Amino acid sequence: MDLQTFWFATLGVFLAGYAVLDGFDLGVGILHPFAKGDDERRVLLNAIGPVWDGNEVWLVAFGASFFAAFPDAYATLFSGFYIPFMLLLLALVLRAASIEFRGKHASPAWRRLWDAAFCGSSLLAALLIGVAAGNLIAGVPVDSEGLLAADLGDLLGPFPLLTGLLTAAMFAMHGASYLCLKTEGALQARCRAWKVRSLLAFIVLYVAALALALGQESVTSRRMMDRPWMWVVAGAGVLVAGGVWRLHRKERLAQAFAGSCALIGVTLALFCGFLYPDLVPSSLDESWSLHIWNSCSSDRTLAAMRVFALLGVPLALAYTVFSYRVFRGKVRLGESSY
Amino acid sequence: MIDAVLLSRAQFAMTIMFHYIFPPLSIGLSALMAVMEGLYLKTGDKTYESMARFWSRILAANFAMGVATGVVMEFQFGTNWAGYTRFVGDVFGPALAAEGILGFFLEACFLGVVIFGWDRVPPRAHWFSTVMVALGATLSASLIVMANSWQQTPAGYVLAGTAQVPKALMTSFWAVVFNPSSIPSIVHVLLGAYLQTAFVLLAVSAYYVLKGRHPDFAKKGFALGLKVGLASSLALAVTGHWQAVVVARNQPAKLAAFEGLYESRDDAPLSLFGIPDDDERRLRLSVEIPGLLSLLLHGPSGGRVAGLAEFPREDWPPVLVCFAAYHAMIGLGMAFVGWMLLSAFLMWKGRLFKSRLLMLGHVAAVAGPYLANQLGWCAAEFGRQPWAVYGLLRTKDAVSRVVPAAHVLGSIAMFGTLYLCLFAVWAYVIGAKIERGPEEEHKGTA
Repeated sequence: MDLQTFWFATLGVFLAGYAVLDGFDLGVGILHPFAKGDDERRVLLNAIGPVWDGNEVWLVAFGASFFAAFPDAYATLFSGFYIPFMLLLLALVLRAASIEFRGKHASPAWRRLWDAAFCGSSLLAALLIGVAAGNLIAGVPVDSEGLLAADLGDLLGPFPLLTGLLTAAMFAMHGASYLCLKTEGALQARCRAWKVRSLLAFIVLYVAALALALGQESVTSRRMMDRPWMWVVAGAGVLVAGGVWRLHRKERLAQAFAGSCALIGVTLALFCGFLYPDLVPSSLDESWSLHIWNSCSSDRTLAAMRVFALLGVPLALAYTVFSYRVFRGKVRLGESSY
Repeated sequence: MIDAVLLSRAQFAMTIMFHYIFPPLSIGLSALMAVMEGLYLKTGDKTYESMARFWSRILAANFAMGVATGVVMEFQFGTNWAGYTRFVGDVFGPALAAEGILGFFLEACFLGVVIFGWDRVPPRAHWFSTVMVALGATLSASLIVMANSWQQTPAGYVLAGTAQVPKALMTSFWAVVFNPSSIPSIVHVLLGAYLQTAFVLLAVSAYYVLKGRHPDFAKKGFALGLKVGLASSLALAVTGHWQAVVVARNQPAKLAAFEGLYESRDDAPLSLFGIPDDDERRLRLSVEIPGLLSLLLHGPSGGRVAGLAEFPREDWPPVLVCFAAYHAMIGLGMAFVGWMLLSAFLMWKGRLFKSRLLMLGHVAAVAGPYLANQLGWCAAEFGRQPWAVYGLLRTKDAVSRVVPAAHVLGSIAMFGTLYLCLFAVWAYVIGAKIERGPEEEHKGTA
């Protein structure tokens, strides 16, 4: 494996880490308004309370590694998607604030305000991440200089909107799976109902998005024809979804959660399969695409950073495991809760 | 239409200044909490535990704001500063990635345990988590300041790329890490964080003394705060001087702007006050000490200090802003030393807590280090202009070419509004936590 491919794969790992971990945080945000009463809403918030910050670091690590490994693609992508990324950042700031501040004052108006902010920002973040991913698969108008100047309207085609919804449904499903583990009683029964609905929505959107991706005339969609393993993964996705359904019915909730993680893994593997070796595929001319070999940093930098990654990622996983072990089990509201 | 470069600079300035309200306290507080918990483990004194519990609540709100506003900074390099990203990615990127992978995971994962794990892990494991958060925060700060210092004094690179898209490529990792300004800047920034934290500790303790609440908490807080405040204010003067020497050697136009020195002089004076006038090329109303600047920079034998006249006008930083920010920071720094010495002396004499005026002074003084930390960064970053990377990449070439000014204006309005609201909420929440105090906190009324 060359250094560029190593870094493409590592970015994939960071993105998967983000989607699997912060994915359920965003999902909890999306489901939050469906909880009944202040106590239930607090339980939902405290289910992610001690861990959401660490989960979001996977996005920071993804962004920083993207910057360092493929600066030209990073510059083109983020300046080209200026408005959606600014909205995403706004949503992330607002989301962090609403988690932290909601419980600091008892008045119902205060809590309603932050509830709206928490749900709205979580949903917006999930949609925008999905829309950005969909645009990359569909291709974006990168010009001969490697620059991208897209209006918001250009980015909201039918396929990106579909992947936006797919991402929101995926995170909602994942959030519900997580909540099944952290709640009990009547609230858990409701979480299980949310899980069934969001899993159904996910399966429908997953199949629709795959069909639409294959129906498109673009370099990325042709890749699936050349890559038989993607068909295996896509099929495995459907099987895993069915398995999650069965496990859920049998109340094997921990395994159902693991299945939900696997579904996210499958979706991301397909995303990477469509893209590789491109980072920002051009819809105007294939030769103008930014790929891992024409937008990367020098071998010296990529090799130095590989040391950080090989050292840091196992450590990060160890911290994550430690922190989840400390907070394992059902949510108990206490003095330091949100 | 307003210039897109100016707008992007304004947006970066606004978002980074707002961000920098929070990290110094997180860096200092996590370190001080490690000390408090260490003292608790060593002495078994419950006051130290309740202090650490109280401050962990403040840390939680402060850290959340720091993380949220910090994510914005990282992605802004791509959105607003694409030219910069392409130029520095090879050199600056690894520091940013190392911060994320090595520092940020450490602090964020253990922070959850520190804030929510008081009754879930044994005291030793909690102390260990606090140490890990402090370590992570220090590592993050060091890597970010190191990356910034490379922009000030680039080293270990070679220029490549095309005339249209220039790039710096790393030739030596260690030369980048230990570029000329990196160590003095890191030390100065960390000390600035400890000073700010000490003043926050003193202000809260003084507030409780004034209100006659939590006497034990306040006394121990004062003792700890004064030690840290005195040591860091003195050390800041030393590292500040060290930095000025490094600036004079590597960024002479920046130093000339800091000192308001227009003509090169062999026996350059140190101006205590003045109003720089770029057109007449002199300092109006200046109050100066003859020969002191040469003495400080070159030692007793003196030496030449370059003035702005030696540099083309288009390479000058904005002199008035640099001069004012730099002098205000140093003035505040001197005041901190005096204030700490006075307070330490009165505490030794046993008269400190008897004076309401002094206690009020300590409550008000908390604004000082916040201001000084911001002013120091203003001086450093305005002084870097007109360069994004000193001497290599002009700020106007660093901006994203494809982003229209109207979009930047829109995002400034959006973030400006959000940040104003969040600041008000943050201040209210922190105020409420201080009002509730440590003991009620411990009994748990939530």
